[in-house]
Amino acid sequence: MPRNADIQKVLVIGSGPIVIGQAAEFDYAGTQACRSLRREGIEVVLLNSNPATIMTDKDIADHVYIEPLTADTTEAVIRREKPDSILPTLGGQAGLNLAMELAESGFLEQEHVRLIGTTPETIKKAEDRQLFKDTMEKIGEPVAASRVVRNPEDGLDFVKTIGYPAVLRPAYTLGGSGGGIAKNEKEFCEILTNGLRLSRVGEVLVERCLSGWKEIEYEVMRDHNGTCIAVCNMENLDPVGIHTGDSIVAAPSQTLGDKEYQILRSSAFRIIEELQITGGCNVQFALNPDSMEYCVIEVNPRVSRSSALASKATGYPIAKVTAKIALGYNLDEIRNEITGKTYASFEPVLDYCVVKIPRLPFDKFIDADRTLTTQMKATGEVMSICDNFEGALMKAIRSLEQHAESLMSYDYTGYSTEEIKKLLTDVCDRRIWVIAEALRKGVSYHTIHDITRIDTWFIDKIANLVEMENSLRKVRDIYKGTMDPDILREAKRMEFPDSVISELTGIDERHVKEIRLENGILPSYRMVDTCAAEFEAETPYYYSVYDGVSENITETDRKKILVLGSGPIRIGQGVEFDYCSVHCTWAFSKAGYETIIINNNPETVSTDFDIADKLYFEPLTPEDVESITDKEKPFAAVVQFGGQTAIGLTEHLIRTGVPILGTSAEYIDAAEDRERFEKILEECHIKRPRGRTVYTAEEAKAAAHLLGYPVLVRPSYVLGGQGMQIALCDEDVDAYIGIINRIAQNHPILIDQYISGTEAETDAVCDGNDILIPGVMEHIERSGIHSGDSVSVYPARSLSKKVIGTIADYSGRLAKALHVLGMINIQFIVKNEQVYVIEVNPRSSRTVPFISKVTGIPVIELASQAMMGKTIYEMGYEPGLQRESNYYAVKMPVFSFEKISGAEVTLGPEMKSTGECLGIAENFQEALYKSFLGAGFRLAEYKNIIMTVKDSDKDAAVEASAKFIKAGCRIYATAGTAKAIEAAGLPVTAIRKIRQGSPNILDLILTHQIDLIVNTTKPGVKHEKDGFRIRRTAVETGVTTLTSIDTACALAVCLSERKREEMSLVDVASEI
Amino acid sequence: MKAYLMLEDGHVFEGSTAVAFKDTISEIVFNTSMTGYPEIFTDPSYAGQAVVMTYPMIGNYGICRNDLESGQIRPDFFMLREMARMPSNFRCEESLDHFLKKQDIPVITGIDTRTLTKLLREEGTMNGLATTKAQENSEIIRNKLHSYKTGNVVERMTCSSQYTLTSPKSSKMIAVLDFGVKRSILKSLQRRGCSVTVFPAGTAAEEITGCHPDGIVLSNGPGDPKDCSNIIREIKKLCDSDIPMLAVCLGHQLISLAMGADTYRLKYGHRGGNHPVRNLLNGKVFMTSQNHGYAVKTCSMDRSKAQPLFENVNDGTNEGFLYINKKIITVQFHPEASPGPLDTGYLFDTFLKMTEVNQ
Repeated sequence: MPRNADIQKVLVIGSGPIVIGQAAEFDYAGTQACRSLRREGIEVVLLNSNPATIMTDKDIADHVYIEPLTADTTEAVIRREKPDSILPTLGGQAGLNLAMELAESGFLEQEHVRLIGTTPETIKKAEDRQLFKDTMEKIGEPVAASRVVRNPEDGLDFVKTIGYPAVLRPAYTLGGSGGGIAKNEKEFCEILTNGLRLSRVGEVLVERCLSGWKEIEYEVMRDHNGTCIAVCNMENLDPVGIHTGDSIVAAPSQTLGDKEYQILRSSAFRIIEELQITGGCNVQFALNPDSMEYCVIEVNPRVSRSSALASKATGYPIAKVTAKIALGYNLDEIRNEITGKTYASFEPVLDYCVVKIPRLPFDKFIDADRTLTTQMKATGEVMSICDNFEGALMKAIRSLEQHAESLMSYDYTGYSTEEIKKLLTDVCDRRIWVIAEALRKGVSYHTIHDITRIDTWFIDKIANLVEMENSLRKVRDIYKGTMDPDILREAKRMEFPDSVISELTGIDERHVKEIRLENGILPSYRMVDTCAAEFEAETPYYYSVYDGVSENITETDRKKILVLGSGPIRIGQGVEFDYCSVHCTWAFSKAGYETIIINNNPETVSTDFDIADKLYFEPLTPEDVESITDKEKPFAAVVQFGGQTAIGLTEHLIRTGVPILGTSAEYIDAAEDRERFEKILEECHIKRPRGRTVYTAEEAKAAAHLLGYPVLVRPSYVLGGQGMQIALCDEDVDAYIGIINRIAQNHPILIDQYISGTEAETDAVCDGNDILIPGVMEHIERSGIHSGDSVSVYPARSLSKKVIGTIADYSGRLAKALHVLGMINIQFIVKNEQVYVIEVNPRSSRTVPFISKVTGIPVIELASQAMMGKTIYEMGYEPGLQRESNYYAVKMPVFSFEKISGAEVTLGPEMKSTGECLGIAENFQEALYKSFLGAGFRLAEYKNIIMTVKDSDKDAAVEASAKFIKAGCRIYATAGTAKAIEAAGLPVTAIRKIRQGSPNILDLILTHQIDLIVNTTKPGVKHEKDGFRIRRTAVETGVTTLTSIDTACALAVCLSERKREEMSLVDVASEI
Repeated sequence: MKAYLMLEDGHVFEGSTAVAFKDTISEIVFNTSMTGYPEIFTDPSYAGQAVVMTYPMIGNYGICRNDLESGQIRPDFFMLREMARMPSNFRCEESLDHFLKKQDIPVITGIDTRTLTKLLREEGTMNGLATTKAQENSEIIRNKLHSYKTGNVVERMTCSSQYTLTSPKSSKMIAVLDFGVKRSILKSLQRRGCSVTVFPAGTAAEEITGCHPDGIVLSNGPGDPKDCSNIIREIKKLCDSDIPMLAVCLGHQLISLAMGADTYRLKYGHRGGNHPVRNLLNGKVFMTSQNHGYAVKTCSMDRSKAQPLFENVNDGTNEGFLYINKKIITVQFHPEASPGPLDTGYLFDTFLKMTEVNQ
């Protein structure tokens, strides 16, 4: 069918802020789809509240609304832009829900807007639990037996029909809290009773337990003609019971015979046929490992994290094809752009193996529960490609950037065999390391399989890696360091890094490489071509293998530039760095360079096959990067845009003869090196909080006494304030240094005086001489909370002209002193009109996409041009601080606390947010209001508020309470806070603390009477247990929890001063 | 020990083998299926050929006898990137390694299968020698390779005498002309309630029609269809009998030749489970399982006799005919799948429906 000519203007809804379970994959899918829609001549209107994304760029859509993803704003955008269609399947669950809400309310019909891609009926059938069950039953597809129960008796009745173990899931609790697996009646009653209490609606779903079954996913597509294809299938190494987002996944399936493969594939087709899906769809199955029995777990009628993975794993652009199907094309009318010869109506075949490993945030939440469950906890993931499973697993492990290079990296050697067996029962993110140790200790495959239910095929692969460790150890222990080239060849085939080979054999790492070179043991680069070499491919998307012949890698006569990506998305290094890498690549491409990207994150735009001239899907370690630069010989590399990942590779690149474009390594180092940096500040006459560099806890305490408590304790060379804490006493210092040492660290520890003031931040471009400052941002929270977790406002509101002048002046001086060429990010504290510099990063930062979008200045492109030698004047700009925008913009952090059980909610110097959203308007109040809305604050619903704050916040708490009361809220407070509020003559209900017995604050929360809780505590290690319990309970039962009094005050102002009027909209593509 | 593949064009690929084997010459073809090696390894259509599997890890789920397409391994030898040392699947009865050793079939592992596949794609299907002797790929070897012919492989693959398979609720009798039939074709018919009588390839048409079958299936099989002139003669008679017919792969090519159309050799054939085929009547596309080195020239078919029913989406080659005024459907691909997608299994139902109308 040709393209539907009625479709002229399409609204694409994005997925909003990055949260656990909804990450960069939707930026990738949305960007790809928007670009392909525009290529079809469609006018694209984009709505997404997330400013850090590439999809919200004016290059991607014709009209861009970075507004809260609510029904109200969507309706307003539709009324203003009058699109004829909405494409709802690219914005994850958030986008889909929003589109459904508008469809069901009749708004879309009234405005003559249709949903394209997938109809509301289809979405409903797939999403509504009961409708889905009925549909599956109608076509004879098995689903796990389940029932919603409202009392224990019904639960016990039902469980008799399905037997134990049984799964219980309370409705409307977050992070799977209150749910669990019951192995017997006693456990069942316990979990059920608790779950009924926790559930807002008093409902618990009881379900047949399939844990231990194989978890298999199919990414399928269907067009209007009923043609169905399976793009990819994937097998989870971790059986059913762990969310697929937290599982190690292999593509294609490894342990399924053709009969099983085809049974599930055909089932997926029957399902999408019945649901009348048009576009991409994800179908998840549980497959009994001992029979052909299977159950359909879930169907996602949209692009998803798995579809992003499948796209990168196969080279098949699911989002693009989905968009084209939405326009009316059929699969056999869409060309496969990888081969240029075949069509989208074929199934990719792989001649390699893909492994995905999730990136979990336990390095940020060190006290959180590491157990993996059906609630996803990963913030991101890495993917690797190799022609053997062992190699793919090894590459993926080192791509994680978690100080692990092999299956020996987490040390379990000290445990006894019995202890190891016990550890195997813990389903956590380090399970494969425990399995490796179990194998080293001689535990049988059978025993490991019995405990973990992981297929023995995977266990054997881990065993093969363990055997190779032993072979390499023998080189040292028996062969006295004489390396048999065949063993080395085999070790490299399995992707043992040289460093690990060196560690095991005792041969120096450089010498390992020499032996490799002598014996011709070098990586070759293969192409991901969708067709296992059956057709000639044109797309340069490469992965490495040892022991093979390289493809003919296309060469151009253009100068080659290497852009390093930022690896997996983690707290502190998110999608914003992908934004930077992609824009840098485009800038160099535009200037006529040949661009090469190395990255390993399947969720991102940067790893889409048509962003750079060449894509290497490889780990970002010195050795892997060196192998590529040895082959490609780029004229230079850019490290400023790939976060700390890329910065960390600078030294190695230079050592291997690759020049760095932009600020030189010497000055990158100077910004990080305490002594050199202090010297520079001194020369520039700039103040900073006094500080010391230390190596031991004793030195740290001595420094703290000298500086005076409170002090900031942090490791150097990290992003996102990892390990950074405010210490109030010696005990805190001891504890923090202990924690820092738990995370492998080769760098010194910094102790700084803590100054309480207003934080400000700039991102600037320097051409080596002049500096361009797009704007100054100011934080709402006072210093002490990580900049990534603070509400950031542009233009700065409370800072005086003089202070802003000083900030601009300091930025210029620092950029010049550090010989910055490209990006620089500087963070300040302002106290009593004094400006202190607290941090300088000679690289692109988290706020760059935000400041670019709200000022309209293409910061990354300008920085890239500066690196290419252009001056700021030549770029058409006046140096210095740019004119303030007519709009206020607020960047609001978004957290995923409810998903990580046991995580401390209180904010501090260590970053905890997973994403951000934007509020933009002509006046500050509205911008702030929008940003709260966008972050998911249900502003209109806040009626009952608990205040329980530390002494120093009491005055502010009274002020906030007054405003909340003015807005019609009722205040509850614990004794001290209540007294303060009462003293101000305000109405307040005093409530008891937990230790004062029931009824108390916890009961109030658990009976769902509270909408918002403001709880601030003193920093330091000694977080009282009760406070922690209150915050966790609040977060898990869906109560908004604020831990900074400044945020609470801002919210109170929003509620009390907000007039209910039509919300304004800003099209950032045309109005800025 | 080291093992080598020497190609007609002078290329040598190195790999290894666990056991020594004697020099073997064969036609080298590649298959892109990611699953289904037990079916592929026992598919009689591979007689006279040796198979490169493009998927690098083969043997992961071992061998289950129920999956086999014939009683023994059919290709002459195999080239694999890696053979699983420890298969794992609840249906696994033995390892692939053991299965190959038992039947004394050579396998070269550790070979750079991607480079080899690309070569076959660029140069076309070639003959090759599997050997464990380190030697130069000399002119003598190359000449020998060049002159190698697979010969009349259908004769080798067909059954020696007629046999019948019944089904519990047999309502129809289907005659299958065996050119090297895959068991799954027979199973597809049995599963649909047919009793199946299998005839050797050389059976005279009269003998088959004399049994009054409700329908006739011409099976898949190996080799060049033009080598089968005697069979083609009999097929022509079968076509005139008005008994509904379904022809698969070689069967499809043989009917086409019987009806006066022409066949030709493809550069490197279609072997895998992801080949898109368009139904020309409704535009719908299906994924199909394919295994053929020859194809029917669409334009050579007299349009008054048959109309193209299916075409390959990738290269436009003919994938099947619907015969005019006859109850004959022929397909180049494999509706019985095994291995591969089950999407076109409905053709067996279509065929059986034709036999009903006949009654």
